[in-house]
Amino acid sequence: MPEATHTTEGGARAAPEGFEPRIVAFFCNWCTYIAADLAGTSRMKYAPNVRVIRTMCSGRVDPQFVLEAFARGADGVLIGGCHPGDCHYQEGNYKTLRRYTLLRQVLATLGIEPQRFRLEWISASEAERVRAVVNEMVEQVRALGPLRLEVPQEVPVPRQREEVAA
Amino acid sequence: MAEGVGGPNGRPRIGVYICHCGTNIAGTVDVQALSAYSTTLPGVVVARDYRYMCSDPGQELIVKDIAEHRLQRVVVASCSPLLHEHTFRGAAARGGLNPFQVQMVNIREHDSWVHEDREAATAKAGDLIRAAVRRVALHRPLERRRVTINPDVLVVGGGIAGIHAALTLANAGKHVYLVEREPTIGGHMAMFDKTFPTLDCAACILTPKMTAVKAHPNITLWTYSEVTQVGGYVGNYQVTVRRKPRYVNEDLCVGCRECIEACVYKEGKTPDEFNLGLSRRKPIYMPFPQAVPQVVVIDREACIEFKSGKCKKTCVEACGERGAIDFSQQERLETIRVGAIILATGFKIFDARRIPYYGYGTYPQVYTALEVERLVNAAGPTGGEVVLRNGRRPESVAIIHCVGSRDENTNRYCSRVCCMYSLKLAHLIKEKTQAEVYNFYIDIRAPGKSFEEFYNRVQEEGTHFIRGKVADLYPGGDGRLVVQVEDTLLGKVRKIPVDMVVLSVGLEPRPDAQEVRRLFNISCSTEGWFLERHPKLAPVSTFTDGIFLAGACQGPKDIPDSVAQAGAAAAEALALIDAGAVELEPYTAYVVEEDCSGCKTCIPLCPYNAISFVAETKKAQINEVLCKGCGVCVAACPSGSIKQNLFEDEAIFEEIEGVLTHA
Repeated sequence: MPEATHTTEGGARAAPEGFEPRIVAFFCNWCTYIAADLAGTSRMKYAPNVRVIRTMCSGRVDPQFVLEAFARGADGVLIGGCHPGDCHYQEGNYKTLRRYTLLRQVLATLGIEPQRFRLEWISASEAERVRAVVNEMVEQVRALGPLRLEVPQEVPVPRQREEVAA
Repeated sequence: MAEGVGGPNGRPRIGVYICHCGTNIAGTVDVQALSAYSTTLPGVVVARDYRYMCSDPGQELIVKDIAEHRLQRVVVASCSPLLHEHTFRGAAARGGLNPFQVQMVNIREHDSWVHEDREAATAKAGDLIRAAVRRVALHRPLERRRVTINPDVLVVGGGIAGIHAALTLANAGKHVYLVEREPTIGGHMAMFDKTFPTLDCAACILTPKMTAVKAHPNITLWTYSEVTQVGGYVGNYQVTVRRKPRYVNEDLCVGCRECIEACVYKEGKTPDEFNLGLSRRKPIYMPFPQAVPQVVVIDREACIEFKSGKCKKTCVEACGERGAIDFSQQERLETIRVGAIILATGFKIFDARRIPYYGYGTYPQVYTALEVERLVNAAGPTGGEVVLRNGRRPESVAIIHCVGSRDENTNRYCSRVCCMYSLKLAHLIKEKTQAEVYNFYIDIRAPGKSFEEFYNRVQEEGTHFIRGKVADLYPGGDGRLVVQVEDTLLGKVRKIPVDMVVLSVGLEPRPDAQEVRRLFNISCSTEGWFLERHPKLAPVSTFTDGIFLAGACQGPKDIPDSVAQAGAAAAEALALIDAGAVELEPYTAYVVEEDCSGCKTCIPLCPYNAISFVAETKKAQINEVLCKGCGVCVAACPSGSIKQNLFEDEAIFEEIEGVLTHA
């Protein structure tokens, strides 16, 4: 990852006027993505701040995706997977949980507040949960303000693993 | 990208198609602006918006543009890919593109339907389209893997839906395994007396079908059996079935029932499940006279031999030389291979004890509708006499609708059949007892063929209809119960003494529906019914290919609907297996050998044992037949040497950047 430095001066971050959190969500194809579809067919209304990226399993979410999202300007990252015991691939979500637990600690050391990174088990029928989680997260992140990781825009963020390892 | 860089800036030539979906999308999202915006995205050579992209002319736009604009990639911004990905991949393929060079953007379910702010929704759609355009540039052509399909089908559940599905498939020449948990097939329908609205005798239309199942050379009928394990994938499922011991050899028993006569119990002591406890049965019993198969079963819990080992075994004696009774019988596990599975596991009735003020289980005069079905049934515990538990014939009967249905405290949904069976029971009770019958209803819902006519007929017969939700039920004099209700048409509270109360209980998912759902890897709706792939367009399919739904396990249904759906499920299964082969999605993972360090991190992560370590090369290898494409190993590989088709790291990074990088 590039050098991620905060622009904050240590004090409380006042959210700028009109700040709209940008949240990247990784939803598994078999549960949470379907739940989000159901929220749509049920015409539930929720905050438009989430951009969903579909993966076949929440276990496909490489920690680098989360870091990349934050580095690229996401104010929050949400992962949605099937409930424990319900994974379409038997146990992918347990692996997600392990990675999530570790990654939260890594993010904390980088100064990224825990509310900005969330893992939720949302089954295909739980459209209401999608609505509630998204709204809640948007509000929490809105209260925190922008992430303000300083990423030099003119220099492309290295994405190759070799470069990351270097 | 090695392939297809014919566009500006050395990028593939991309076409973007934005669907209005009538006003479903266009009402909330500025589709024209999106179309204009899309042309500014790198690689995009044409962008269009159209009223219905999924329609024939909509698809034709794509087909023509592929040729005219020499498109190499296609992005369609419309509904969920789970709905129409197949459609647009097909259109691209007709235009000569590889179907996997298409990316869908979900701007309906995930955008226009869930947001109200037009500006925000349009901005979101723009972000998603930008992500897709960046991602699709990396798409490589992929081939679907073709696997042959096992032509056999498993039907789980032997009620009317399972029976009909099994017979339809068997008649089409397919081999069917019909697995039923109870000792007999027939399900709830076998318990009914007459069916609404025609008052057909349920047994007369059901039992011949039950017999046909047993007699059909293409059906393997396993009653008293349960599916315990399901593995494999569409076309090639491996299923383990546990066959519970009935302590009677099915091949030897002829159903003469002499053993039942001879049992040391002179009278039955165990509540008879089939009669809902309104009668008693012996430890060795036939569930009901027309049971299929005609084989008795021994209830281990009630049989003296199992409890003490000191029974005189008069049943064995009565069976004589036939020797069908076998106390040493053990549970057996059978493994079968099938190409498709139809779930027809049915429903349970609402437990009326959950509404205490209706007094079910407290007042002996209160019955559930299913119990009354048994009472009016000529083969039931009273021989078809409608009499109370004390033997008296009721002179006035209350039928309370919507018990456990359309109620915030229990189930909010309408159970769909209770109105009609209440009308039917009103007719049958009146016919058999000449009692005054009062129906207490919220609404009468009679939307089926000849249903309204039946409602009118029951009204003309003199049944009373009182619109109001019963608030209380309490003992009056003479062993009667008083029904207290606010008659909402008269606008006053009424108290009506009755001899008998019938609770029109609703339908609920089976208590183990969640376990069954996990077993078959399907989803449930909020209420717990099995979830169909699409409520309109794929009502019998599930999200798991090759697994279909029939009957009330999908939601409350009457008999004609269950049968119709069972036929549809059988037809879907037939269409699948008659194709002979099925194409599997190519989202499998693969190892880029030169990058693999041989660390073996991936190997224990794979739940399908698809990854092996090749000793000679010291590299991991993925068996693409076993790989199901979850991508767990891809995310875990420390050297980045495992990739997943269509979900490469690069593609997802492009999406991340795409949704975040405002133009």
